[in-house]
Amino acid sequence: MNFDFAEQSPKLMMLLWGLVAFAVVVGGLLVLLDAVPSYFARRREAQFAAATASGAPLPGRSKPREGMFATFFLLPTVLLLMIGLVVPAIRTTLLSFMDGGSQNWVGLDNYRWMFAEDSIVRVLVNTLVWVTLVPLVATSIGLIYAVLVDKARLEVVAKSLIFMPMAISFVGASIIWKFVYAYRGEDQEQIGLLNQIVVSLGGEPRQWLLDSPLNTLLLIVIMVWIQAGFAMVVLSAAIKAIPADIVEAARLDGVTPWQMFWQITLPSIRPALIVVVVTISIATLKVFDIVRTSTNGNYDTSVIANEMYNQAFRYGQNGQGSALAVFLFILVIPIVIFQIRNLRQQRREG
Amino acid sequence: MAVSARPRQALAIVGAIGLALSATACGTGSSSNGGSSNADSAECAPYEKYQGHDGKTVNIYSSIRDIEADRLAESWKQFEECTGIKINHEGSGEFEAQLPVRVDGGNAPDLAFIPQPGLLARFAERNQLKPASDETKAMAEQNYSPDWLKYSTINGTFYGAPLGSNVKSFVWYSPKMFQEKGWTVPTTWDDLIKLSDTIAGTDIKPWCAGIESGEATGWPATDWIEDLMLRTQTPEVYDQWTTHEIPFNDPRVAEAVDRAGTILKNDKYVNGGFGGVRSIATTSFQEAGVPITQGKCALHRQASFYANQWPEGTRVAEDGDVFAFYFPAIDPAKGKPVLGGGEFVTAFTDRPEVQAVQTYLASGEYANSRAKIGDWVSANNKVDLANVANPIDKLSVEILQDESSVFRFDGSDLMPAAVGAGTFWKGMVDWINGRDTATVLQGIESSWK
Repeated sequence: MNFDFAEQSPKLMMLLWGLVAFAVVVGGLLVLLDAVPSYFARRREAQFAAATASGAPLPGRSKPREGMFATFFLLPTVLLLMIGLVVPAIRTTLLSFMDGGSQNWVGLDNYRWMFAEDSIVRVLVNTLVWVTLVPLVATSIGLIYAVLVDKARLEVVAKSLIFMPMAISFVGASIIWKFVYAYRGEDQEQIGLLNQIVVSLGGEPRQWLLDSPLNTLLLIVIMVWIQAGFAMVVLSAAIKAIPADIVEAARLDGVTPWQMFWQITLPSIRPALIVVVVTISIATLKVFDIVRTSTNGNYDTSVIANEMYNQAFRYGQNGQGSALAVFLFILVIPIVIFQIRNLRQQRREG
Repeated sequence: MAVSARPRQALAIVGAIGLALSATACGTGSSSNGGSSNADSAECAPYEKYQGHDGKTVNIYSSIRDIEADRLAESWKQFEECTGIKINHEGSGEFEAQLPVRVDGGNAPDLAFIPQPGLLARFAERNQLKPASDETKAMAEQNYSPDWLKYSTINGTFYGAPLGSNVKSFVWYSPKMFQEKGWTVPTTWDDLIKLSDTIAGTDIKPWCAGIESGEATGWPATDWIEDLMLRTQTPEVYDQWTTHEIPFNDPRVAEAVDRAGTILKNDKYVNGGFGGVRSIATTSFQEAGVPITQGKCALHRQASFYANQWPEGTRVAEDGDVFAFYFPAIDPAKGKPVLGGGEFVTAFTDRPEVQAVQTYLASGEYANSRAKIGDWVSANNKVDLANVANPIDKLSVEILQDESSVFRFDGSDLMPAAVGAGTFWKGMVDWINGRDTATVLQGIESSWK
């Protein structure tokens, strides 16, 4: 191997500094986290001791000091949230009312553009198709699979098989599936699985990813392939957590498997089901990697996240990109509200 | 044994770090020494006017990577030694997307090699670029034709000289195959079509093409349209088209697109080795010409830089496995339209050493220094043909220096990025995929604001 230390030394130095900085910051934080509470504890102890010694009434928990204590712990988080989330969100919203170069105010023009431009409307429709189909299909497959393999022989093997795609990155998965959909001319040997199947059944090879709207559905298959494993694992755990006595009572009452599923299993795992659907919905709304890797948004397959990146970072249209980002944000809000309300309700019931 | 391995490992790491530290000390020491001791030698004479910035560093950002970047570093090595200016070059595959981010984020490089005049104009209009110094301007005016310099002159201010260039009006073919079949290289458009028909009558398809290129999918098709705009229309109309003085869906543009369609959307002509017309959309541009070497297709229109894409062992020469001929004009009376591209050396800072490097990169000394290393073309008229080894590069330089050539820059690089790197690319993908010309042009026009 040709590794020249002299040549690489700036990088190595940078690495060294990085390590030192990491140790200092993390170490410092840990020391602080240890020192500050113990300082407060010691002070309290001292006050306590002084109070008992002098026979004066015990000092109550002083409110302002408690506040300071809380502030100390909250501060880093609030600061990071401000820098990383709140400020950018506000800035993006402001940018969405400005032109491409972020210099002049244009009012609602960017939003009007979003709904007037045919290609962008197409993007919005595609996103809608994604966010309807993926959670529905992925959760259904995960649920059915979880129920079917529950307590079956080789359950672990069966589960790992479907869980495996979860471990593959979106980009990796898209590349794998690109090979599945690959096309070669009629006179050549097919390298794509799908076309090989079609050809061996006597059909003609097709360019799967070029035909809209079929191509969007084929991309959705990739997402489902990845997410079904996640749904299956969570739901399977939920099924296992159903109290045995309920199941037994139902059995004694003589339920059919069908009734068992609809009246016992499903209601019992409802909270887990909601979490799965919400998580997958949000993941789907921001899907970017699959579309970008497979078709790059061509052939009418683009979705909001992909178009947002294109507009803002490739075309230099900050305003239009920001408008798409804000729209995506608005789409996520109801899902988040739904989730929070559900959590609250559960807590009340619990 | 396993126990004793640990301390040894630790020792090795400590040793390595120590070595790195001492190496840094040596590294900085020797380079500065070398700089000052060589500065007065005879071979440093051409660099005299750039001296006086010893120990300064200039950061350059570009899209040039891997072996090309190594060649770049080699090309200015002597300049660095003689002037003591250290040039840090960083190449990125995401250059076009990252450069605006870096500039807006206050982390702009000193110099950037920008291949899109459209992007250059965007920076210039936002006052993010520094105008080129008088020395740079004088040097550029000496060495480059006004045809080139107008692309880096925004509202009368000159921002930097071109560096490398490429010629896009080329059709690749196999001299061997042509000789075996008795075909001759066409010099007029009619001959080209006649030849295509002849080849279509044999068992192979005449043309192969591919426009897939990751996030830039579609650009090879835009080159086709630009080449045909230059051939069906005058260069003036071409300029009006790239500056949006005529709408994108002007009938003259439609004429050029339809003319390109007579080849690209003709099932009898395409797509040798890959399938039907629509397979063009999914064939990567790197692979698109390869069927020529397998005898499955005969013609492939692509720029001079395609010379680097042939499979290993393919000899690129007039009597070799593959070579290119000039994409003929439709009406030779209008001159010899040449479509090309290149990158411009633009500055985001105006420190004297940055300007020295910017001037040097515009000079004939630099162009020849880089040309000698190989696989490089420049429109710099000081380039000595004797320094250009590669036959296709030689042909390109000849075309660029030819007086009868009418040079025009790649149109999609001149348009605003939203069109030139956005809807135009996407529109061409849809067009290949079966959408009609009028609808596609209408869509692109509506996106140009």
